[in-house]
Amino acid sequence: MAPPAQSQRSQSPSQPSGKSEVSDLKLQLRQLAGSRAPGVDDSKRELFKKVISYMTIGIDVSSLFGEMVMCSATSDIVLKKMCYLYVGNYAKVNPDLALLTINFLQRDCHDEDPMIRGLALRSLCSLRVANLVEYLVGPLGSGLKDSNSYVRTVAVVGVLKLYHISASTCVDADFPSTLKHLMLNDPDTQIVANCLSALEEIWSAEASTSEEAAREREALISKPFIYYLLNRIKEFSEWAQCLVLELVTKYVPSDSSEIFDIMNLLEDRLQHANGAVVLATVKVFLQLTLSMTDVHQQVYERIKAPLLTLVSSGSPEQSYAVLSHLHLLVMRAPYVFSSDYKHFYCQYNEPSYVKRLKLEMLTAVANESNTYEIVTELCEYAANVDIPIARESIRAVGKIALQQYDVNAIVDRLLQFLEMEKDYVTAEALVLVKDLLRKYPQWSHDCIAVVGNISSKNVQEPKAKAALIWMLGEYSQDMQDAPYILESLVENWDEEHSAEVRLHLLTAVMKCFFKRPPETQSALGAALAAGIGDFHQDVHDRALFYYRILRYNVSVAERVVNPPKQAVSVFADTQSSEIKDRIFDEFNSLSVLYQKSSYMFTDKEHRGPLEFADELGNLSIGEAAHNVISSQRVEENDKDLLLTTAEKEETRGSSNNGSVYAVPYDSSTSVFASQTQIESAISNPTTAGHSQHASFGIDDLLGLGMPAVPDVASPPQLKLNTKAALDPNAFQQKWRQLPVALSQELSLSPQAVASLTVPQALLRHMQSHSIHCIASGGQSPNFKFFFFAQKYEEPSNYLVECIINTTSAKAQVKIKADDQRTSQAFSSLFELALSKFGTP
Amino acid sequence: MISQFFVLSQRGDNIVFHRGEVPKGSAEIFFRKVKFWKQDGQEEAPPIFNVDGVNYFHVKVVGLFFVATTRVNVSPSLVLELLQRVARVIKDYLGVLSEDSFRKNFVLVYELLDEVIDFGYVQTTSTEVLKSYVFNEPIVVDAARLQPLGPGAIFMQGNKRMPGTAITKSVVANEPGGRKREEIFVDIIEKISVTFSSSGYILTSEIDGTIQMKSYLTGNPEIRLALNEDLSIGRGGGSVYDYGSSYGAGAVILDDCNFHESVRLDSFDMDRTLALVPPDGEFPVMNYRMTQEFKPPFHINCLIEEAGHLKAEVVLKIRAEFPSNITANMVVIEMPLPKYTTRASFELEPGAVGQRTDFKEANKKLEWDLKKIVGGFEHTLRAKLTFSQESHGNITKEAGPVSMTFTIPMYNASRLQVKYLQIAKKSSSYNPYRWVRYVTQANSYVARI
Repeated sequence: MAPPAQSQRSQSPSQPSGKSEVSDLKLQLRQLAGSRAPGVDDSKRELFKKVISYMTIGIDVSSLFGEMVMCSATSDIVLKKMCYLYVGNYAKVNPDLALLTINFLQRDCHDEDPMIRGLALRSLCSLRVANLVEYLVGPLGSGLKDSNSYVRTVAVVGVLKLYHISASTCVDADFPSTLKHLMLNDPDTQIVANCLSALEEIWSAEASTSEEAAREREALISKPFIYYLLNRIKEFSEWAQCLVLELVTKYVPSDSSEIFDIMNLLEDRLQHANGAVVLATVKVFLQLTLSMTDVHQQVYERIKAPLLTLVSSGSPEQSYAVLSHLHLLVMRAPYVFSSDYKHFYCQYNEPSYVKRLKLEMLTAVANESNTYEIVTELCEYAANVDIPIARESIRAVGKIALQQYDVNAIVDRLLQFLEMEKDYVTAEALVLVKDLLRKYPQWSHDCIAVVGNISSKNVQEPKAKAALIWMLGEYSQDMQDAPYILESLVENWDEEHSAEVRLHLLTAVMKCFFKRPPETQSALGAALAAGIGDFHQDVHDRALFYYRILRYNVSVAERVVNPPKQAVSVFADTQSSEIKDRIFDEFNSLSVLYQKSSYMFTDKEHRGPLEFADELGNLSIGEAAHNVISSQRVEENDKDLLLTTAEKEETRGSSNNGSVYAVPYDSSTSVFASQTQIESAISNPTTAGHSQHASFGIDDLLGLGMPAVPDVASPPQLKLNTKAALDPNAFQQKWRQLPVALSQELSLSPQAVASLTVPQALLRHMQSHSIHCIASGGQSPNFKFFFFAQKYEEPSNYLVECIINTTSAKAQVKIKADDQRTSQAFSSLFELALSKFGTP
Repeated sequence: MISQFFVLSQRGDNIVFHRGEVPKGSAEIFFRKVKFWKQDGQEEAPPIFNVDGVNYFHVKVVGLFFVATTRVNVSPSLVLELLQRVARVIKDYLGVLSEDSFRKNFVLVYELLDEVIDFGYVQTTSTEVLKSYVFNEPIVVDAARLQPLGPGAIFMQGNKRMPGTAITKSVVANEPGGRKREEIFVDIIEKISVTFSSSGYILTSEIDGTIQMKSYLTGNPEIRLALNEDLSIGRGGGSVYDYGSSYGAGAVILDDCNFHESVRLDSFDMDRTLALVPPDGEFPVMNYRMTQEFKPPFHINCLIEEAGHLKAEVVLKIRAEFPSNITANMVVIEMPLPKYTTRASFELEPGAVGQRTDFKEANKKLEWDLKKIVGGFEHTLRAKLTFSQESHGNITKEAGPVSMTFTIPMYNASRLQVKYLQIAKKSSSYNPYRWVRYVTQANSYVARI
């Protein structure tokens, strides 16, 4: 209901306390309470309205409780509604009053008017007073069976309210299974939808403690149930459709014909005027086709037009939400949108939050064919009256330049910016020219000629000033006046407020000194003196360091300060492809707008039901994540073997936009194989002392697929694939899909506990037993791992969740298997492997 | 899902809906954040932001903030769409949406909200469905005094034949006469965006259209709307911005469109007819987008030249490129001038009526208002500028672009038409009023100089 929140606010002297008004109202209500005069309901209505308006503006009218309840003994539904509103507001803060109302509401729950039954039930459940839950069970039970759909709709949400007040009361009354029955049988789709929302919440919360709830939760994404919902999708309200569609994204179809069936069925949802329905449908399409590269690309083509229509037909707020999603898609498939770049041109009257997104979009879609037009357009914005957007546009031009398309023309444009003589344009352009020169030193001649004409007095912004100073230092041999400009800057040392600028100034003077010593000597002396006397710690330290290194050896100093530089090839991308993929998994959620994965801005309980991704989310993707590789990298395979892990990360970051999903399954397997080799090679030295392990390591290298544990007395029939590969998404889907085959607790040896200081230790060990880790995390004493293994020469997977507590030396293991019959055999393999951990 | 819903005026709070997880005082937190988004006040707060784990969503409707909060990672477009829809439902009930009508009807608004959202879950936003649950009667505020809401409001000027206030009539309140008038409004509303290059070429152009319906028919009869027979959807092959087609002739080609739930498209592929049983309240039957080249209603010509020391002259010419039986209203032309402009003196053409000029000192903008422009006419404005300093070479880089807003009733640039509106009710005496109205508005109409 509606509590106006300010009731507890201390009242300012200017605000009337309303005391006399309230007692006045009390008197009038009392007079009317017993009256049966004609038209009395109308007078009551007026009084009730007054009470509620006081309540809304924050005057405490709780003292009228008794009178209000008394007056509501009437069949006038408007009066009842106002009374419920009032009661709902004060019962929470005043449990004694709540008790008074229970009677009155319970009686109304049996009224012959279904509207009153429904309203009373809703108010009853909204009281949210813990010690009154016993009074809810009866009315809720009959409400769920009511012949009127309005009452049932209210009752279903009531069950959820009860669950939030007292979960045990709700479960003990067996309400979840009643809801399940309604969900599968009720003809009213709003009731089905409410049951679905309620059960998703309840079962997700219960799943951690109850196997049954976990099973029920899994059953929501089973084929029969999903089809049951999909077949009546058009009967649901637009909002309930969104709910159903979100559930469908978690469903894993068994084959491609099923995927096409679902897509054909939902095709017309893309033409819905409600943007929420369209985006939910888009998510289904994208998720379903992840493993079908060609179809996935077709989906991008298909969803483009509807999304662009939403951008232009809705409110600016809606455009913003849709554009954020388009931006995500553009980052993944820039070429799909590259011919639509004009859609992302800014309109002069758009709010700046929309313009910003469009600028990012323009940067993302720029390629050989459209760069000229895009940059021309961006240059128009640079002269815009909207200064923040003008700045952003210049930065966008710079970003495009750094992407290497048509640099020639862009450099000319940037240099024109410098000549525009608008201080903010100059400032932004200077920063850009600096970045450009770091990447394309060959342009220094043209740039320096223009930069040399800029008076440092006209540059005030620290970032721009620092950029100018950097260029003065770096190119002092080409800039006639460099030493003198620097000298004048040093002279005004005390007026320079930015430490960043002073730091750059120190370095620039040093560089200039090595190139043109006689002209710079005095400036250098002054700079070092000023720097050493500087109150800023970093500036002081750097000056002192330069001073000492110069005294020690000038040529060493030169090598330190002014080494030959290589052009920067790629500037670091702020977002890893891993994060981008995670955000893509969370399509149609706030993650896309914030450009953050949900665990970075929500606590666990609020991440929404069935959010398996988050269970993995808190863990770092383990070594197995390396099998997530672009097709390009398959060709770079050989080179890869020579690189360290850190370098691999870099290659991956820059080589593409992280189109993990485009990778055909088998090609990643081959790369993974090569990595398995490195990793076992790395892990070998630690166990090298032991001949058995050493020989096993060699077997592994040769890829003979030997049984993992040679010294088992009666080796199990099960052989595991040493080069198994599974990408994290497939893992997640499977994990959701499969039931738990085995669940057990294992004990760990003391040696094992001692070895498990970081999760990685166990990963290597298990890998040597052909059990691969897909994600791991935690800190001593609690660790959590997700492992997988594959049958040798068969595409049959085993998935394991393993939670280890080192204090109790216990491991909780849950195993899921494609082939249930062999799960016992796998379990013994896993147990054996784990028991060997820590033994030399 | 949704924790709270509240509506704030420009100053303070108004109504609050609660689920209880989000700490109290969120309205204050929200308001402060929006007011002081960036210190310089130059940028608007985005419609969605997160403060201490609470996500705030808002949409602005007629100067009011409709806000929802949640801690859950929900679908942003769902919440924003919901907020818009709540505003629309309330408007359907109150007739007009304003701070005043809100304050007078807050009990009704509470009642509506209770049925729209229960425990944070959306139940229904259909005005039709809500009618059976909602009992308070609206206290109708005098519409004439108020800033009207929604695209329908533009019909209040200009065309006297139509009852302009009808569209601001509540779906539940009876008219003074007692009996409801049987009528249905179908509005084809197009917002056009055009950018002209400095040499007068069209750089980009787009039409965003909506067929908006508001039905006051009793008994929910089925309606059939027939559109142009040669209408085609989707620009197959080639780039979307392929201006191959010539002016005037040829089919109407939409890039894309979407439809309201109630619309059945059974015979759309065959005869371009939409069938629907219109629910109560105002709703968009169809939204469409078109980038096919069209003839822009206005031609803008702008010249800025230096005229001696610290002086310049601006010549602005606007030509209406539509037939003379059509009149554009509320035309406003704006042009940013060089920052160092200190004075501007204007010279209108001789005998100019209903025109107003202004130099906005604060943001150095020239403003030219014309009450109306009749089709085929051309208007000119000359302005003499005085500068406080020498311009840096290229003066055209310091001024512009020229932007223009206007409303043209009974005109649509796309040539999309409602050929007929059929009401399926078997009675010869039944003949409700049918209003099919067209209007074109400028969205972003810009000429660079």
